[in-house]
Amino acid sequence: MAVCIAVIAKENYPLYIRSIPAEQELKFHYTVHTSLDVVDEKVSAMGKALVDQRELYLGLLYPTEDYKVYLLMPNGVSYKCKKLLIPCVKSMFPNQLHRYGYVTNSKVKFVMVVDSSNTALRDNEIRSMFRKLHNSYTDVMCNPFYNPGDRIHSRAFDNMVTSMMVQVC
Amino acid sequence: MEQGPAAAVGTAGAVGAAAGASAPAAVAAAAAGASSSGVSAGYCPVPLPLSDSEQQCYSELFARCCCAPATSSSSGHPPPPAEVGRGAPLPGPAATAGANQVADLLRASQLPAETLHQITELCGAKRVGYFGPTQFYVALKLIAAAQSGLPVQVESIKCELPLPQFMALKNDSEIRYSNTTELHGMKCQIPYVTMEKNSFKRVDDGEKQQEKISPVMSPVSSPPSSPSNYQRVPLTYGYGKLRSGMDQMHAAPYETRQHALQQEGSTSGSHGPKPTRRQTSLIQSLSVEREPQESNSNYPDDPWRITEEQREYYINQFKSLQPDLSSFISGSLAKNFFTKSKLTIPELSYIWELSDVDCDGALTLPEFCAAFHLIVARKNGYPLPESLPQTLQPDYLQTAFLKSKWDCALFDSYSEPMPVNQQPRDLNRIEKSSIKEKTDLTAPAQDVTIDDKQALKISSVDEAMPKDLSVDTAAKPGLLPPPPALPPRPFVSQTDQVSEIELHPQLTRTPSQTEESGSPVKKDLPHSQPPSKPIRRKFRPENQVMENQELSSVTGTSSVPTVPTVKPHAPVQKQSSKQKKAIQTAIRKNKEANAVLARLNSELQQQLKEVHQERIALENQLEQLRPVTVL
Repeated sequence: MAVCIAVIAKENYPLYIRSIPAEQELKFHYTVHTSLDVVDEKVSAMGKALVDQRELYLGLLYPTEDYKVYLLMPNGVSYKCKKLLIPCVKSMFPNQLHRYGYVTNSKVKFVMVVDSSNTALRDNEIRSMFRKLHNSYTDVMCNPFYNPGDRIHSRAFDNMVTSMMVQVC
Repeated sequence: MEQGPAAAVGTAGAVGAAAGASAPAAVAAAAAGASSSGVSAGYCPVPLPLSDSEQQCYSELFARCCCAPATSSSSGHPPPPAEVGRGAPLPGPAATAGANQVADLLRASQLPAETLHQITELCGAKRVGYFGPTQFYVALKLIAAAQSGLPVQVESIKCELPLPQFMALKNDSEIRYSNTTELHGMKCQIPYVTMEKNSFKRVDDGEKQQEKISPVMSPVSSPPSSPSNYQRVPLTYGYGKLRSGMDQMHAAPYETRQHALQQEGSTSGSHGPKPTRRQTSLIQSLSVEREPQESNSNYPDDPWRITEEQREYYINQFKSLQPDLSSFISGSLAKNFFTKSKLTIPELSYIWELSDVDCDGALTLPEFCAAFHLIVARKNGYPLPESLPQTLQPDYLQTAFLKSKWDCALFDSYSEPMPVNQQPRDLNRIEKSSIKEKTDLTAPAQDVTIDDKQALKISSVDEAMPKDLSVDTAAKPGLLPPPPALPPRPFVSQTDQVSEIELHPQLTRTPSQTEESGSPVKKDLPHSQPPSKPIRRKFRPENQVMENQELSSVTGTSSVPTVPTVKPHAPVQKQSSKQKKAIQTAIRKNKEANAVLARLNSELQQQLKEVHQERIALENQLEQLRPVTVL
């Protein structure tokens, strides 16, 4: 269950961030922010060699704290999704905060924070969630009234994110 | 016995007497006729006693509603308030009246909407979902009851009632007055005939038939869903056309009157069978699409239904942005256009989200109409819906547009070759103005060839028309606009649809031709294709355009513009079309390059600024240091 989903622009400011228990929003914001460093690290490590479908998906960033953080960076321009698959990084932290990431060529990132206490969220499910996010994001991009760099206010996008968060919870 | 009252009533009406004269005559005739045949075959739920005059009147009305194209309230009655009454052949009990026409008729009775709803319910149309003869007759009887002041109930219709009265328009009454003196019995069909002729006539003039509904209805009931300024223009415009049309057709051939309504289309031979076919198919599509109780878009309880004049207006606006009705309006173009509506950007963004169903960043004609309609509604204060209403869905609008677009295309080609010729020229100019080099050289050559193609095309359009219906729906999915704005294809409307037919066989040939078309602009590929039918030749440009799009979408826009000459053709035209493709591709590439360069430029400017500041700082330091060295 995604407890927080964030869309981060190339310049590392949030385009869209939403978390389920609203009072912990600030905490999630920090979580996502720290994840960005890991993202950059992974991205620079990958280089440009990999241009595969699976390579945008960064996988588990670090399963620290209460939640897992998943990171997704959608490809903003080309419709061929590229995912970076990186092995999960185990951490010493006792808490189970999992974050997963996904990066695209245009350096827009999706970060998903998942409550791992419910476990059993397989990799494929995460990928499919990111795919849906990605598709909704591209639909938002297609709207000529949306200026890249604005906050995302699309209701369709909101609905999709809600469905993901509710379903997972 | 039936003829007696009919003749009596007919002559009474024919005299054009004052209102009171014929009404008593009708009542007398009704009384004289007694119940007699009364109940026709289909009256199961309520045994309905009908006098002969009523029988004839209702049957004629029913026939009219069944077979008529969207006729107006003139299907009602002669000016002396009451009736009609003649021996129009009774349609079979299985026939159903077009919901649209029935709604028009109901509204023409000038009863309040609530009463009409009651009537619709009582007569059973709501229950069964359509207006069969039973329901129709019961409805008419109820209307008569309501107009007589009786409560709208089943009991009311059991007694003898005068015939229901339907308010006619001024035009209709004028015509009717002039006709009544000459005709016996068929005079009500005359206004109908003239209306139908008007539709043909106007269709010949390039208008759509649907337009007839709304201008005709405008004096009767102002559509509450279109109070904005947008609609005022089309209303008056359409209505003016109607009047002029009717005046012209006022001397309609009287000989048509004796034909049954079903045959009226065929008797107007000068217009060909197609208008009739289209009309009937139009009626069917309209009656299928809409439920009886909400059959007309003027009903106040559905602001999300597009009225005819609104649709007309939207289509005109679409054409002003994109002359090809089957193509797209790009996002940027639509954005500029909709921004003029002065709605806020978030609202416009939301409207776009609702209306761009396939989320491709471009608006097809139905999507555009839906978006426009939402904007209009919003400006009039309606809150935006959570999801796109069913009546604004593209597939819902598409079927309605299909007919009208078809008509428009057909008659554009027939009657307006010149504007179409001018369009490609204008389009070519718009496109090429963005390119510095090749524009002037190629434009004149292409314009000349365009004229030739147009001339050839027009002659073959009629052959192509039957295919349009099936092809047009495939046209949209078949078109893949590249991410930048699709350059409007010069040979628009008519031939797009037909060219789809040849697209598929051509696609198989294109792979073989791609390697041949190595040199993009230079022509004279070997004519490896077997000589094709004359039709194909004219539509080759569209085929090439679409093939080009297909290929470019597959191979990337950076590829050499492949212009396979699929068909044998005059070298001049081939060369010009290839040049056009090349130019279009070049335009796209240049635009992309421009965008990239602009971004690069801005970044470099920023860097330059930073460097300047550093330099200034360094110079300051230098200034401070200098006195130290001088000791």
